[in-house]
Amino acid sequence: MTFTRRCMSLLLGTALLATALVPAADAQTVVGVTATEIKVGNTNPYSGPASAYGTIGKVIGAYFKKVNEEGGINGRKINYITYDDGYSPPKTVEMVRKLVEQDQVAVLFQTLGTPPNSAIHKYMNQQKVPHLFVATGATKWNDPKNFPWTMGYQPNYQTEGRIYAGDVLKNHPNAKVGILYQNDDYGKDYLKGFEDGLGEAGKKLIVMKQSYEVTDPTIDSQIVNLKNSGATVFFNITIPKFAVQAIKKAHDIGWKPVHYLNNVSSSLGTVLKPAGFEASKGLITALYMKEVTDPQWRNDKGFQEWVAFMKKYYPEGALDQQENAYGYNVAILMTHVLKQAGNDLSRENIMRQAANLKNVELPMLLPGIKVNTSPTDFAPIEQEQLARFNGEKWDLYGEIFDAFRRQ
Amino acid sequence: MGSRAPRVLLVLAILAVACVLPFTVSNFRLFQFTQVYIYAIAILGLNMLTGYNGQFSLGHGAFYAMGAYVSAIMMDKWNIHYAWTIPVAGVLCLIVGFLFGLPALRLEGLYLALATFSLALAVPQILKYFEHWTGGSQGLVLSKPGAPFGIKLNPDQWLYFVTLAVMALLFWLSANLLRGRVGRAIVAIRDNHIAAEAMGVNTSLYKSLVFGVSAAYTGVAGALSASAIAYVAPDSFNIFLSITLLIGAVIGGLASISGAVFGAFFIQFVPNWAQDISKAAPWAIFGIFLIVFMYVMPFGIAGAIRLLWIRTRRSRVALTPEARDTAHSQAPRTT
Amino acid sequence: MEIFVQQVVSGLATGGIYAALALALVMIYQATDVVNFAQGEMAMFATYLCWTMLNAGVPYWGAFVGTLVLAFLGGVIVERVVIRPVEGAPILSIVIVTLGLLVIFNSVAGWIWSYVQKPFPSPFPSTPVKAGNIFFGSHDIGQIFVTLIVLACIWMFFKFTPLGLAMRAAAHNPVSSRLVGIRVGWMLAMGWGLAAVFGAVAGMMVAPVLTLEPNMMGGVQIYAFAGATLGGFTSPGGAVLGGFIVGVVENLVGTYVSFIGTELKFTVALGMIIVVLLVKPTGLFGTRIVKRV
Repeated sequence: MTFTRRCMSLLLGTALLATALVPAADAQTVVGVTATEIKVGNTNPYSGPASAYGTIGKVIGAYFKKVNEEGGINGRKINYITYDDGYSPPKTVEMVRKLVEQDQVAVLFQTLGTPPNSAIHKYMNQQKVPHLFVATGATKWNDPKNFPWTMGYQPNYQTEGRIYAGDVLKNHPNAKVGILYQNDDYGKDYLKGFEDGLGEAGKKLIVMKQSYEVTDPTIDSQIVNLKNSGATVFFNITIPKFAVQAIKKAHDIGWKPVHYLNNVSSSLGTVLKPAGFEASKGLITALYMKEVTDPQWRNDKGFQEWVAFMKKYYPEGALDQQENAYGYNVAILMTHVLKQAGNDLSRENIMRQAANLKNVELPMLLPGIKVNTSPTDFAPIEQEQLARFNGEKWDLYGEIFDAFRRQ
Repeated sequence: MGSRAPRVLLVLAILAVACVLPFTVSNFRLFQFTQVYIYAIAILGLNMLTGYNGQFSLGHGAFYAMGAYVSAIMMDKWNIHYAWTIPVAGVLCLIVGFLFGLPALRLEGLYLALATFSLALAVPQILKYFEHWTGGSQGLVLSKPGAPFGIKLNPDQWLYFVTLAVMALLFWLSANLLRGRVGRAIVAIRDNHIAAEAMGVNTSLYKSLVFGVSAAYTGVAGALSASAIAYVAPDSFNIFLSITLLIGAVIGGLASISGAVFGAFFIQFVPNWAQDISKAAPWAIFGIFLIVFMYVMPFGIAGAIRLLWIRTRRSRVALTPEARDTAHSQAPRTT
Repeated sequence: MEIFVQQVVSGLATGGIYAALALALVMIYQATDVVNFAQGEMAMFATYLCWTMLNAGVPYWGAFVGTLVLAFLGGVIVERVVIRPVEGAPILSIVIVTLGLLVIFNSVAGWIWSYVQKPFPSPFPSTPVKAGNIFFGSHDIGQIFVTLIVLACIWMFFKFTPLGLAMRAAAHNPVSSRLVGIRVGWMLAMGWGLAAVFGAVAGMMVAPVLTLEPNMMGGVQIYAFAGATLGGFTSPGGAVLGGFIVGVVENLVGTYVSFIGTELKFTVALGMIIVVLLVKPTGLFGTRIVKRV
């Protein structure tokens, strides 16, 4: 074969390849919806540094499987498409574009992580695709005026930080406060809420702040420093892996401050038990969900339903992992929204329904805490309650804080 | 040697196809191809340093991050048009790369690799520290540039062409550089440092310059990616990025310009294929791909193609002394 | 003073882990010129095997020794099956193979045991040790001792046994070793096996602190690299010392250099290593390799 012929065949081959990449034309009138199915898209970190959260994507898939087996939503099955983004924003952008432009999903739901969601925030609103119930506690998802297609879900971190600050000002106004925080958006958000809540008094109260990276092997050194600062109140903003270390080390070196533990690490099974129930006595946290290893919910109807669901549809999922209850709750909420949309499953209507939730109860939320949204309120859950660990379970006390009412 | 003309024609043909692509494939695919070109530029930068000049860098992600953030900060804080940010990012990375290359002269193979590894590891923490400029862990949200002067191209198409143009220019510059005297000096330093020095090559200057140019290329790639993704955050620039670039360079083929393109396609698409093959353990599939590739093509894709080319030519040409010499000089020049 | 001692002891404990992994890295590097990027993941995988045994009811020290045996076999198999075919390839290609192994071990561990973190027991009591006014975690102290014992055993093995001598010879001069009748290939494989054993020790010691999960060793491996680089990749003793130094210095920097505080602790540790390299380009205890022209 001469050179020219080789060139031509190469050109031809490439041209053929290029045409093969042209997507088929879509004949649907409502994107992502047919008479028999609704396409729901999602990205989750199934690999990489945040892979522990990947179980949320899986438990959601398991719940949708249950819904489909029980007949679907108004006769339509949910086609749940989820991709791995490894918690890397460029990958999230690529996978979300694939979901929206190639897979043509009706909605995107529970995309996980603040940086990944920040990367697709503008895009989702430009494309006018519902970007619902994002799995992050950052505050910026409640902005219906500028981002009418994006909605948050869980109580945001700043609100929780403020709740603790309020408690400190009320019950320990002369304390010395030490803080340990993870050096990223999650940690800094909690920190901001706490510092804002303390206000002017904070400058005198806070005696030391220590940070750590997710890649650090231990935080023992930071705990030692905090004890030595003379702090009598400790705000612990760590993920479960490091919360165990913090609680254990504090106990080991004989440091017994008033210890506020962030909600993210409030699990009995994965944090308090490994750290030691004795060492964990007196811990204070703010809860909005029933904690799955807390014995007080053993006979609760919602809890039992969840266990039955896990055993049947997600047997490989851990029954002591709070994320599995979290995912269950939010999958139920999404199903509720789609049901509420009835036969009009256009993106506009799905968004309208999501912005119109009134006192929706979810089985794994604490009694008294309900989901509420409106066209000006894109924060579905805004209530939390303080709890103290008594050595066996979380003792809920005080009133249910409602961030919405306080605005 | 009459082998230049057909090569040039091949390149032009591929460029022609590349220009037609935006009008035949979806925006999503264009986005992916743009990413491939960006990686190709970054990998070429790494290749010049590690493949041609033998200085191992396990930390080129740091320069990619630097280019991306220089571009992002200029656009975000001073509203500078993205087009200007790209050469500025390139020049800044050139300077920093050169400055890094100076002390790097003292470090050999493994230690240089580990020093660059450390540099790349520190990047996310440094980015988070200078919160006021970089937006900290929240990152900076940017705007995707649109086509100017009302040209009828959507942002994905426009950015595709910009990236293609930059890539073509940088690749052409690189080819000219590496095929001439400078290229031979660079390779000579890699193959036999002491002999090169003895022959009058100013090894210190060359090595530092190559570091600088290499950093500049990767920095330009980073700057382009800031516009393509329209978002920068420390999480996008962790150590995994540096490792991915290295994988791309080796799989594509070290000491080869076309290798950079092959490597870029590999790191962009193979992880996606792995996910399609196995939802349960996609990275295990990717790992297997890596190992198998290295078994079958230890000199990378470009190296394997070169070997194939030589074998087919050798079988057609009688083994006269001249032919044997030609075949020898075209053998893979990698370590 | 109190806090200084506490930070130093804490640093020595974590430094011991870095030292064990650093030793593994250096062992393989000395024999094959290859940096095994998968060392940490292999250690993590071995720790999961231990966890499986513990869950099946095997008592702690039985599972510990069982894991060491399995780790040794695993290391040998990996070298013979995966690394041997690319032995003659360019260095970076072998590095890519180890990267492939890294990714495979991590992904398979996540697939088999899921990414949920699991508590891992410590063989040491949970009550802290008190010396004067200072509290030390029992696990920290125990960890230091176990690491030192293992290192001592290995040192004795290499110094005083014929097999150890053969392995050292094979690493130092493979050609001459072959002439003397040493099976160099199998010596290399055993080197990988021993390196895997160190990794397993590091993994089992660190798992009670970090909680067992597939990404557990990532951060530790980075610090191990730092330690080995600081000490010198050509010196096993140096690598070990380097690991300890990194652990201690990092803690002290975070405590005493207050304007840096903890937000740049890691960066400072890395920066220091680069500074050391500029002064001593082959690490504190490394030897310069003189090339003959």
